[in-house]
Amino acid sequence: MKPGRVIGRVVCSQKYPDFKGERFLLVQPTDWKKNDRGEPIVCTDAVGAGYEEFVFYIESREAGLALGEKEPPSDASICGIIDGVDMEDEVWK
Amino acid sequence: MEIGMVVGRTWATQRHESMQPLRMLLVKPYNPVKEEYEGLPYLCLDKNINAGVGDQVLMVDDGGPSRMILDDELAPVRGFVIGIVDDIHINEKCRRQLFDD
Repeated sequence: MKPGRVIGRVVCSQKYPDFKGERFLLVQPTDWKKNDRGEPIVCTDAVGAGYEEFVFYIESREAGLALGEKEPPSDASICGIIDGVDMEDEVWK
Repeated sequence: MEIGMVVGRTWATQRHESMQPLRMLLVKPYNPVKEEYEGLPYLCLDKNINAGVGDQVLMVDDGGPSRMILDDELAPVRGFVIGIVDDIHINEKCRRQLFDD
């Protein structure tokens, strides 16, 4: 599970039927000090995250499981909103 | 399975219900041949191991074993601490061969 920051949302009116009712959010992957790292990705949302929130997301098969038993074909899913990180400074990269 | 060091902790009130009662640790992967820590720390869960910051641990970064540990076939979890490492031995000859590559 990796950290990221929600930077926007994506709206699709035409989508695979199992995605009905799910939200797509644009997430910028970060490190644990909220510095950007790599290219933004689209994640489905399992917890109700909003703009600028610091979240963690899960990739691969488990992303579908996060959205319930119908298992939509998602490959990244937001699984939690991070309240705080406690970490020694020299090892965060 | 990978070796790593616990470098921090994180907490989240709002998270998926399957991981609700578990501790969340940040584990930085360790390369035992080069003897250095490398890469972005993973978020790992800890059930009944009680690892703390500074411990060298054994972890899995995969969904199958994680769901087995939680005993829940539908849990969206990936990454679990499964042991605390006491000692690592590498044959010196093998280490030198790996370095030459």
